[in-house]
Amino acid sequence: MVCRAALLMKNNQSDQHYDVIIIGAGATGAGTARDCAMRGLKVLLVERFDFTAGATGRNHGLLHSGARYAVTDRESAAECIRENMILRKIARHCVEETGGIFVTLPDDDLAYQATFVEACRNAGIEAEIIDPAEARRIEPAVNPDIIGAVKVPDGAVDPFRLTTANAIAAQRNGAHILTYHEVTALNISHQRVCGVTLRDQRTGGSRRVDADLVINAAGIWGHGICRLAGVDVNMFPAKGALLIFGHRVNNIVINRCRKPADADILVPGDTISLIGTTSSRIPYDQVDNMEVTPEEVDILLREGSRIAPSLATTRILRAYAGVRPLVASDDDPSGRSISRGIVCLDHALRDGLEGFITITGGKLMTYRLMAEWATDMACRKLGRSEKCRTATTPLPGSDKSDKDAPVSHGKRHIIELTTDHKAALGRHGSMTPDIGLDTNNDALVCECEEVSVGEIRYAVRKLHANNLVNLRRRTRLGMGTCQGCLCASRAAAILGDELNDRPHALRDLCNFLNERWKGMFPVAWGQTLVEAQFSSWLYKGVCGLDPQLIPSGQGHTTETPTHPVANPGNPDRKNSEQ
Amino acid sequence: MKYDSIIIGGGLSGLTAGIRLVSAGKKVAIITSGQSALHFSSGSMSLLNRIDGRQVCDPLQAIATLPPSHPYQKIGVGNIHDFAAEATMILRRAGLDVEGSPEAHRYCLTPFGVWQPAWLTVKDIASCSHPSRCTWRKAAIVNFKGYLDFHPGYLADGLATAGIASESYEIELPQLAALRKSCSGMRAASMARILEGKAVSDLAQAIRKIKSDADVLLLPAVVGLRSDAPANLLASLVDITVRYVPVIPMSVTGVRAEFLMRRRFESLGGAYFLGDSVNKGNFENNRLISVNTVNLGETPLRADEFLIATGSFFSQGLVAKPDAVIEPVFGLDVVQSEKRTSRCDIDFFAPQPYMRFGVVTDSRFRVSRNGSVVTNLRAVGSILSGADSLNEGSGAGIALLTAVAAARQILQ
Repeated sequence: MVCRAALLMKNNQSDQHYDVIIIGAGATGAGTARDCAMRGLKVLLVERFDFTAGATGRNHGLLHSGARYAVTDRESAAECIRENMILRKIARHCVEETGGIFVTLPDDDLAYQATFVEACRNAGIEAEIIDPAEARRIEPAVNPDIIGAVKVPDGAVDPFRLTTANAIAAQRNGAHILTYHEVTALNISHQRVCGVTLRDQRTGGSRRVDADLVINAAGIWGHGICRLAGVDVNMFPAKGALLIFGHRVNNIVINRCRKPADADILVPGDTISLIGTTSSRIPYDQVDNMEVTPEEVDILLREGSRIAPSLATTRILRAYAGVRPLVASDDDPSGRSISRGIVCLDHALRDGLEGFITITGGKLMTYRLMAEWATDMACRKLGRSEKCRTATTPLPGSDKSDKDAPVSHGKRHIIELTTDHKAALGRHGSMTPDIGLDTNNDALVCECEEVSVGEIRYAVRKLHANNLVNLRRRTRLGMGTCQGCLCASRAAAILGDELNDRPHALRDLCNFLNERWKGMFPVAWGQTLVEAQFSSWLYKGVCGLDPQLIPSGQGHTTETPTHPVANPGNPDRKNSEQ
Repeated sequence: MKYDSIIIGGGLSGLTAGIRLVSAGKKVAIITSGQSALHFSSGSMSLLNRIDGRQVCDPLQAIATLPPSHPYQKIGVGNIHDFAAEATMILRRAGLDVEGSPEAHRYCLTPFGVWQPAWLTVKDIASCSHPSRCTWRKAAIVNFKGYLDFHPGYLADGLATAGIASESYEIELPQLAALRKSCSGMRAASMARILEGKAVSDLAQAIRKIKSDADVLLLPAVVGLRSDAPANLLASLVDITVRYVPVIPMSVTGVRAEFLMRRRFESLGGAYFLGDSVNKGNFENNRLISVNTVNLGETPLRADEFLIATGSFFSQGLVAKPDAVIEPVFGLDVVQSEKRTSRCDIDFFAPQPYMRFGVVTDSRFRVSRNGSVVTNLRAVGSILSGADSLNEGSGAGIALLTAVAAARQILQ
C-alpha cells in the first residue's frame, strides 16, 4: 500500500518514506513505536518537545493494581492488573514492587470495604483484608486511626524511565526518532493521510515526511492533531494536581478506601513521595498552561495529611499538574465517572479518512496495551501479520539478568559498588555498563539523586537529551531536595561543552531554573522558600546570571536534532512536572 | 551572665557590629548557630549595583535617591562614606586584605564569566577597576582534574568580552586523589583543607610546567580556608600572577572572611557562643532584659543593648509559614505582603517580593514588637525590611554599614 501522492512528492523536500509515523513521544507513542518497530514496520516517532513532556511526565508514577477502578470501572480495573503484572516482568528497572493498601478512616464508611474487595476479586485483583494493626506495622506512616485496611498489588513506576526504555527499544528495532519536531500539518490527498509536515523547533525549518499511515498518540494534544486532519475527537481535559514531598514518607502505596475523590493516593517514588490528585475540568486552550492553585495545594495537604499525618510537617518540594486525556462521553463536570478506557479510532471507518489512527484515553498503566491495539490496527491496515511480542519481551534495561549489569572500572570486582553506580543501576538497569562509569567520570553532578558526569554525558550522547529538562527526565537531575540549585550549574557547564554551545547551555540553565521554580512557587514557604532564596542568591548573585544579557547562540552543529530554541509557548519551560 | 551588648547572629553583620563594639571597650557576646550566609557568598562585597534593574555607576550618588524606608537612608546618606571607610578598616584589621572604595566599583569575574561590580574585593580574587581597562593580555585558566564547579569555557568567554585571550589547562594533584575516591569529594572547602603546605608546593611545580605566555593565571577559589598564607606561598613559588575566581559555594573566601572576623572579635575579648541559639527573650516595658539560649537553658544572658543579626529566610532569621512570615526568635513585627499569593513572582529572574520582607524598624534600627518599639533591640543586616539586596547588589553593604551604624548608636 503506497501512497501515490507521496510518491509524487518525493522530489519535493520529502526524502524518506515510512510505513508509520507516530505522533507523540509519551509512554503511548514510544510504546507504539516500539511495538510497530518490533513487528518490522519502518517507523518514525515525532514529538514536538521531549519524551514525556506531556501527561506522561505529570502523573502519579503509580503502578496501579486497578483496585481504584474496581468498583466504578471493572474493565479498566482488569486491564490495569494485567498490565501491572506484565510491567513487573518487562520493565523491572522502571518498577518498584512496593505493594499497596487501601485504608478506611474513621469517618469513611467501613461497609464500602466489602464492596471494594468483592469488586477487586471480580476484576482479578488480589485484595486481602488485613488488621489495621498489621497495616500500621507494614506502613508506619499511615494514619494510626484507620479502622480498616486491604492489601493490593500496587507499586511505583517511573514514567520517564519507562518511556525512554520504550524509545530505546524502538530505536534498536530500527525506528527513527525526532524530538523537538512539531507536526504542523497532516498531508492529505484524496481522503487519505499520506504524511506529515514537521517544523524543526531548533531551526524553525519545515519539511514533509511521507508514510502509509499516521498514528496520533499525542494524548490530550491529539485533539489538535485531529483538527489538522479536519476530524473531531472531543477530548475531555481533566486537570489533576499533585504535590511532591522532600523525602520518602511512606514505603508502600497508601490509598483511601472510598469512592475515588481528591488527594486519596500517596505513592512513594525513588527518593520522594507524591500525593494526588485533584480533578477539575479545564478548557482545551488551557492544556499548555496549567498552574496549581492555592486551593488545590490546600486540598492536597489537608486530605493527604489524613492518610499520613506526617505530611503536614514534611517539606513540600513542588507542585505540578497533568491533564488526563479522556475522551468526552457525557458532561460530567468532575470527569470522575468517565471511563479510563482505551479509545482506538480508525478514522477511515469513523470519518472516511484513510491512513490515520488515533489512540487515546487509557492511562499510563495501559500504555502497552494501547500500543498493542494501535499496532494491531496498523498492521491490519497495512496488510501485515506479525503478532505483538511486547508483553513478553523485556525492555532495554530489564533485558539482562542483574548479575550482568553492574560493571565497575572495566572489570568485575568483588567490591561494593559506589552509591552513584547503584543509583545509575536503579535508573538504567542493565544498560548501566553503556555509561562506562570509572574514576574519570564518576564525580557527582547531582548529589541529591547521585547523578555522575558520566551519566550526564551518556544521556546527552545516547538518550536524545540536549537540555537540562531533558537531562532531568533521563537521570533525575535536579529532582531531589535541592531542586537543581547546586547541580544545575554543573550540568549546564557539561552540556555547554558537550554541545559546544555555551550560550545555549546558559540560556537553558535559566529555563531550567524557571521550570524548577514554577513547581516551587505554589508552595513557597518553609524550607522550599529557603531553597528558592538560595537558588536566587546563587544564580542571580554569585553567578551574575541574567537571561536578558546572555549572548545569542552560535547555532551549534550537533547532529542530533533535539535542540530547542527558547520558545515562550514551550511547556518544557512553562509547566512544572516532577 | 551580664554583657554590655549581646548580638544574636554571627554572620557578616553580627561580627562587624561585635568587632566595632568590643574595640570600643564594651563587653560583648555573639550567639551564633554557626555557618552563616557568608559561606555561600562570592566573597566580594557590593554596596549598590542596581536600582530598579538599572546599573548604578556612582553608588554614593545613587544611594541618595533610595526611598526613606531603605536601610541606607536610615543610616543617613551623609554617613555612608565614613561608615564605609570604617567597615573597610574593620575587615582589613581582621586580616582580610580587601581593596576598593565606595566611589567606584571594581569588577570581578563570576563562575560563569560575567563581570560583576563590587565595592570591596579580596586582593587575590580576579578583579579589575573595569573590564575595558584590565591590564591582562592573556590568561591561563587552570582547573583541577575532576572538579566540576569551575567552568574554564565560560571564563574564557567572559575574558574575551574584555579583549583578554586565554588558554585552559588541567592539573592533577596526587594530594587530591583521595578526595576523588568519593564521588562528591571534590568540593571547594574539602579541597582547600588539603591545598596547604606541601600540596601548594606541588601545585606550584605543576603550574611551573605550564608553558604559556599568559600574564595571569586563574585558579578556582579553593585555596586558603583560614588565612591567605597558602595563596601567598603559591604566589612566592611561581613567576606568574595568580588570581582566584569564585566558585559554586561553599565559598572558601567567605569562610575565610568569617573565620578571620571571628578570630579578631575573640582576640579583642568578645565572647563567641558557637552552636547555640536564642530561644526566648524576656521583655519588660518595651525593653529586652535578657535572653535564654538552647545550651544555657534556664540561665539567662543579660545585656543593656541587644542586636539581632539573624539574616533572611536562608539563615532562618525570617521564617515563612503558609499564611504569614514570622521572625522566629522574638516574634518581631515583620513587613510582608498580605496574601501568600503575592509573596513571589512566577518568573524566577524577576524581583521577588519576599526578598523585601524583613523586620520593622524605626529610623535608628530599633525593632518593633506587637506594634511598640523595643528601645534596646536593634536589627542589622539582611533581616531588615526595605531592600531587595539581591536585585540591588547591596547585601554586603547593608550588612556592614547597618552594623557600623547600630554600633555607633549604641556607643553614643
